[in-house]
Amino acid sequence: MSEQDTAPRTATLSRRRAITLAGVGVAGVAGVAAGTAALVRSPDHAAANDTAAGGVPFHGAHQAGIVTPAQDRLHFVAFDVITMDRAKLVALLQEWTAAAARMTAGKDAGVIGAVGGMPEAPPDDTGEALGLPPSQLTLTIGFGPTLFRDAQGRDRFGIADKRPAALADLPHFAGDALRPEISGGDLCVQACANDPQVAVHAIRNLARIGMGVVSVRWSQLGFGRTSSTSRDQATPRNLFGFKDGTANLKAEDAGLLREQLWAQPGDGPDWMTGGSYLVTRKIRMQVETWDRSSLAEQEQIVGRTKGSGAPLGRRDEFDEPDFAAKGDDGQPVIAETSHVRLAHPTLNNGARLLRRGYNFVDGSDGLGRLDAGLFFIAYQRDPRKQFVPIQTQLSRHDAMNEYLRHVSSGIFACPPGVRDAADHWGRALFG
Amino acid sequence: MRTTRFVVLAATGVLAVTGVTACGGKTEDKATGKANAVTVKATDTACEVDVTELAAGQTSFSVTNSGSKVNEFYVYAAGDRVMGEVENIAPGLTRELRVELPAGTYETACKPGMSGRGIRGGLKVTGAAASVAPDAALTQATASYQRYVTSQTAALLTKTEEFVAAVKAGDVTKAKALYPVARTYWERIEPVAESFGDLDPKIDGREEVIEEGMEFTGFHRIEKDLWTTGDISKDGPIADQLLTDVKAIVAKANAEKLTPLQLANGAKALLDEVASGKITGEEERYSHTDLWDFNANLEGSKAAIAALRPALEQRSPDLVKQLDTEFANVEATLGKHRAGDGWKLHTALSKAELKELSDSINALAEPISKVAAVVAR
Repeated sequence: MSEQDTAPRTATLSRRRAITLAGVGVAGVAGVAAGTAALVRSPDHAAANDTAAGGVPFHGAHQAGIVTPAQDRLHFVAFDVITMDRAKLVALLQEWTAAAARMTAGKDAGVIGAVGGMPEAPPDDTGEALGLPPSQLTLTIGFGPTLFRDAQGRDRFGIADKRPAALADLPHFAGDALRPEISGGDLCVQACANDPQVAVHAIRNLARIGMGVVSVRWSQLGFGRTSSTSRDQATPRNLFGFKDGTANLKAEDAGLLREQLWAQPGDGPDWMTGGSYLVTRKIRMQVETWDRSSLAEQEQIVGRTKGSGAPLGRRDEFDEPDFAAKGDDGQPVIAETSHVRLAHPTLNNGARLLRRGYNFVDGSDGLGRLDAGLFFIAYQRDPRKQFVPIQTQLSRHDAMNEYLRHVSSGIFACPPGVRDAADHWGRALFG
Repeated sequence: MRTTRFVVLAATGVLAVTGVTACGGKTEDKATGKANAVTVKATDTACEVDVTELAAGQTSFSVTNSGSKVNEFYVYAAGDRVMGEVENIAPGLTRELRVELPAGTYETACKPGMSGRGIRGGLKVTGAAASVAPDAALTQATASYQRYVTSQTAALLTKTEEFVAAVKAGDVTKAKALYPVARTYWERIEPVAESFGDLDPKIDGREEVIEEGMEFTGFHRIEKDLWTTGDISKDGPIADQLLTDVKAIVAKANAEKLTPLQLANGAKALLDEVASGKITGEEERYSHTDLWDFNANLEGSKAAIAALRPALEQRSPDLVKQLDTEFANVEATLGKHRAGDGWKLHTALSKAELKELSDSINALAEPISKVAAVVAR
C-alpha cells in the first residue's frame, strides 16, 4: 500500500485502513472490534469536508444532493415503513443519518466496517466500496404523503397535522400510465455519486440497516445526468440525443433558488423551512420509433437544434428562445406544441424547476425494445405552483408525448439539511 | 396518447416539397371516350372477373356479391397500389367501380369477409401508356392516396353507424363483432385522422389519456363497457357522440389536401403505432383485438407507400424492392395469426410470437423511415 504514504489525507484512507486492520483482526475479537471502531472514527473527520478529494459535505443548511453539481450516477430508492412504532422509525432515521454521514465521507456504513469485526458476525458494511473514494456521494432523504397518513387514512406516527399543504398528491395527468408498484413511497433516498458502485453501496447499506422497519418499495438506477445544476457543467444529452436542462435552475442563481427552490419561512410547517419538494417521474422513451423520425421532426418536437442545442431560429445554446418569431410560411419557428415552448417559464407563470434527472436503461422489454428513458427528478419550492402546472401543459400539448410514457411517479418533502452531529434526518418533523 | 405529429411537419413546412400539391381533379378519358365494361361475380369462395385482358382507359367494374359475407373488390397495380376499390358490398347487392387503367399488369381481388389478401386474379391492360414525369408521379401519388382516404372514410362511417346502432340497441354480441371491423377503417387512415387535434382523443382516446375531470368517451370507452361489465345500457349518448365525432372527422379528412411527404410520414407513423401500442396490447386492453388494428395499420401504411410507388420506382428502385420484401415478411408473419375472417386475440399470442412480429415491423419500419427523404429530394 505504497500510495498510502503519498496520498493526501482523503476519506479514501479510511476504507484502506480498514483493510489493513483486517489482517490484525484475528488476534482478539472483542478488542479488535473496539479498536477498529476507534480507528475508523478518529482520524478522518477533516477529510469529510475535503471536497477536492471527492467528498461533499454532509452537514449544512440544506441537504446535499440538490444544488450539488449533478453527479454522473444515481441509485434512487423508495421505502414503505412497515412498523407502526414511532420510536423505531425515529431510531432508524438516527441510524441512517450516522451511516449517511460516514458513507458520504468515504467511510464504511458502520463503525466496525466491512472487515475486521468479529469473524462470527456479519460485517456492518457490505464491503463493495472498499478502496473507492467518496466519489462525491450525496444522500438526500424525502418524506412521502403516505408517511403522514397512509393509504387507509391512518395517522401512524402522529404527524398527520404536520403534512405540508405543498406535499399534495399529484393529479392524474393526461397520458399517465403509472404502475403503482413502482410509484409513491413513505420515504425516499436519492444517492448520487460519480461511481455507480458507491451509489449502490450506499442504498444497499441503508436498506440493510432498515430491515424490519422499512421495506424497499421500488428503486431505480440512473446514469448520465440529464441536466446541469451548475454553470461549470456542460449540458449533457438525454437518450433522445438532445441537450437537456439548458434552462435549468443552477446553484449559482442564489436569488432564483430562494424564490423557486427552497421552502421559505411561512410557506408551510416550520420543519420544512430550508427544505425542498421533490417530484420523480419515470418516463419511458420509445427510442426505436424516435430513432426512425426525421431530424426535422425531432427538432420541431424539442424546439431546439440537435447539434448545438440552440433554440430554433437562434444560434447558441443559451440564447433565449424567440417564441414570437414566424417563419416564411407564417407559422411559429418554435412550434406551439414544442417541448421548449410548453415548459418555458414565460408560459408557466414564471415557474421553474431544479432538475437533476438521469437516463436509465433497464435492459430490454422482451419485444426487442430498450426499456429506457429518463428518470426525471425535480426539486422546487411548491409543486402546486411549479411541477403541476408545467406538467399539465406538457401532458396536454407536448408533441413529444407520442414518444413518451410516464410509468412511475413520486412526490416527497425533503427537509432542510442536517446541521451537525447532534442533528438527524427528521428531527424537526418528529421532535 | 396520440398527438399531431402529422400536423407538426405540415404546419412548419420544414421539408415542404415545393410545387407539389394534391391534384383533386378527375381525369376523364377524353381520347377513347368509351369505357370498358367488366362484370365481376363475387361469392364467399370465388371472384369471377369476366375478362383477363383490357384496352387502356376508363373501365367500369360491375361487382355482384352473391355470397353470404360482406365483400370488397379491389384493382391493384404492382405493390398492391390501389387503383380503385369498392367497400362494403352487402350480400345480394351490385356495386360499380369506375377506374382509369393505363397499360400495365394488375390484379383484381375480392375480399369476402373484408379481410386478408383476398381472392386474386390477373388483369393485363394494353394500349397507349402515357409516361409519367417525376413531379407528376408525386402529384398522382397524393391523388391516389386521397381516393383511398375517401373510400376508407366512407366505410368508416357506415361501419360506425352499424356499431352505434348495435350499442344503442343493447346488442352486446353484435356490437362486439362490429367493434374491430369499424376500427379497421379508422386504423388504416389513423395518421390522417390524428391530424385533427381534439377529435382524435374524443374518438380514439384511451383511458389514461384522459385528464382529471375530463370524460372518457369514444371507441375505447364502449370497448371497456362491452368487455368488462357487458353493460352498455348507459352508453347511448357516448355512441351518439362517437358518430357525431366520426362524421366530423370524415368531412375534415376528405377536405384535407395531403402532400407526398405526409404520405411518407404517415406510412411510418402507422408502423410506429404498431410498434408502440399494438404489439404491446396497450391499445385494445379490454377486447384484445389489437391484431385487427395491427393489420389495418399495416394495410394503411402499405396504401400510402403504394401511392408513392411510381415516384419511388423512378427515384430509388432498390428501396422499393426492400419495402416489397419487408411488407411481404410482415404479412406472412402476421398471417400465421388469422382466425376466421379476423384475427386471434392479443392474449392468445406467446411472447415469442409477439417478438417475431415486433422484429418484422422494425425490419419494415427502418426502410420506410427512408421514404420521406427520397420524396423530399
